[in-house]
Amino acid sequence: MDIIVCIKRVPNTAEVPIEIAGDSKSIKLDKLTFDINEPDNYALEEALLLKEKQGGAVTLICIGDKESEEVLRMGLAKGADAAVRIWDDSIAFSDPFVTASILSKAAGTIKYDLIMTGCMAFDDGYAQVGPMLSQILAIPHAAIVTKVEISEKSVKVQRELEGGMYESLDMTLPALFSIQTGINEPRYASMVGIRKAAQKEIKVMGLSDIGLGADAVGEAGSKVKLGKLFIPPVDKKAEILEGSAEETSAKLAEVLKGKGVLS
Amino acid sequence: MSEIYVLAEHINNEIRDITFEMLSMAKGVADGAGATVTAVLLAENTADLAPKLQKYAAKVITADNAKLKDFNAAVYQSVLSAMIQDKKPALTMIGHTAFGMDLAPSLAAEAGIPLVTDCIKIKLDSSVITAERPMYGGKVHAEMNAKSENGFIVTISQGACPADDGTQSGEIEKYAPSLEDEFAFRKFVEYIKAEAGDVDITQSDIIISAGRGIKEQDNLKIIEELAEAVGGVVACSRPIVDAGWLPKDRQVGSSGKTVTPKLYIAIGISGSSQHQTGMKSSGTIVAINKDANAPIFNIADYGIVDDLFKVVPALKEKIAELKK
Repeated sequence: MDIIVCIKRVPNTAEVPIEIAGDSKSIKLDKLTFDINEPDNYALEEALLLKEKQGGAVTLICIGDKESEEVLRMGLAKGADAAVRIWDDSIAFSDPFVTASILSKAAGTIKYDLIMTGCMAFDDGYAQVGPMLSQILAIPHAAIVTKVEISEKSVKVQRELEGGMYESLDMTLPALFSIQTGINEPRYASMVGIRKAAQKEIKVMGLSDIGLGADAVGEAGSKVKLGKLFIPPVDKKAEILEGSAEETSAKLAEVLKGKGVLS
Repeated sequence: MSEIYVLAEHINNEIRDITFEMLSMAKGVADGAGATVTAVLLAENTADLAPKLQKYAAKVITADNAKLKDFNAAVYQSVLSAMIQDKKPALTMIGHTAFGMDLAPSLAAEAGIPLVTDCIKIKLDSSVITAERPMYGGKVHAEMNAKSENGFIVTISQGACPADDGTQSGEIEKYAPSLEDEFAFRKFVEYIKAEAGDVDITQSDIIISAGRGIKEQDNLKIIEELAEAVGGVVACSRPIVDAGWLPKDRQVGSSGKTVTPKLYIAIGISGSSQHQTGMKSSGTIVAINKDANAPIFNIADYGIVDDLFKVVPALKEKIAELKK
């Protein structure tokens, strides 16, 4: 079973304040740390688990500048066999369809039975690239996958729905699954793995390698454009309790008592 | 006159709320764009469901076929792609739900139509669309623009627009889908309900909910102690379940449970729209988070911007004193 995993390097923004950059289309990145997009990390783990059971090769594809090699190296250290990085400065601000088109060109050069992506990127939150890539490659897909069971006889997946519901599907390969967080327990790379990965070659592809012109990618090639980012207006804001932890917790306890919820 | 299509979403023969939210939003968009609203209902038997949609749309397109009984993105895409290319609606709205996220991207790619996902506001001006959507977990919003002569597809966030009272009586237009394909590459098998655990959080008056900010499993202890002091139950946001620290039935949010306790204390939860969907109707909402710009403060009644590891143990003590 040969598997392609598409991964992306994103800033960690869950627990830190973020600011909009001067171009009004991106956020200030200088104080942020970066990591593999969380759903992609689960997709990578799922690919490695399948490889361990069934053999085959796991190839990583990442669109990103040189700094993205750190997430590719980490993937190689965990057990992926090969890594491809695609970049040209004109690729920045590509919409999800263009992103999927770029990935499809790289995927076309690799033998695969299965493609896995994260179900969404935690930076832009588009949740489009995986299923669009499947459409471009003319293979079936399932999005928001929380279980994959592949045997010689069948390919069964479970998708997450709302309200604690799931649905199960029978599929055929080749296929693309976009993976939801929580499907497995992503491993950490071993020291030996990290040392070995440092030696491995990362194949770098530019626009000419994927056969797309600069006008076919980035903002120029995208039908959907990001106009601007802004801090959302707030209709109602919480009453912020000020002071030390002792003081704020005392105030809050009084408020809750006053509301009669502590009885 | 141009039309705005709204794909009706249904499960187990019931139309989901997102459908009426979208139809209500579509009415406003249509009024601004000089268009009309058309609900699109694909099902095994549309006769039961269509009357509910007629109240919200000028027209309801119904397609009956056994293959459309349960939502299957591959089957739905086949029907919608043909319908959109044939009838050319100015805009097609699909829910930003597990169903819609499975369907819309590949449909848009097949039809060659621009797609904007997770929209909370839409403005349509003939061949130009402007949409507002959250990014970075809702900490910022983006204004997206697209131009197209072939219409647009958008997915709409759950809860982005309240459903109004439908007062229309739309006409029914029957559509005969061509569904000769067997779709053997993707077969729906069944719906599965997550296992119920020992505690039903939806029944509790007080919920103490932990998020990513608690950092380690051992730190759940201070959350449990606070819950015990106030007489509430412990719940959580998605990352805590993903990490395996609490079972799925404790998760609050669109993919977990929707709760409406008298008191909801969100601790170390930034408050993505998915989480807010599950708790925003709670009586009193308190947020404790070190990021003053976390979206949770936009729906909380009271907030403490501080280190939760200082505040939570102190709060437990204060509440215990007051309850003596």
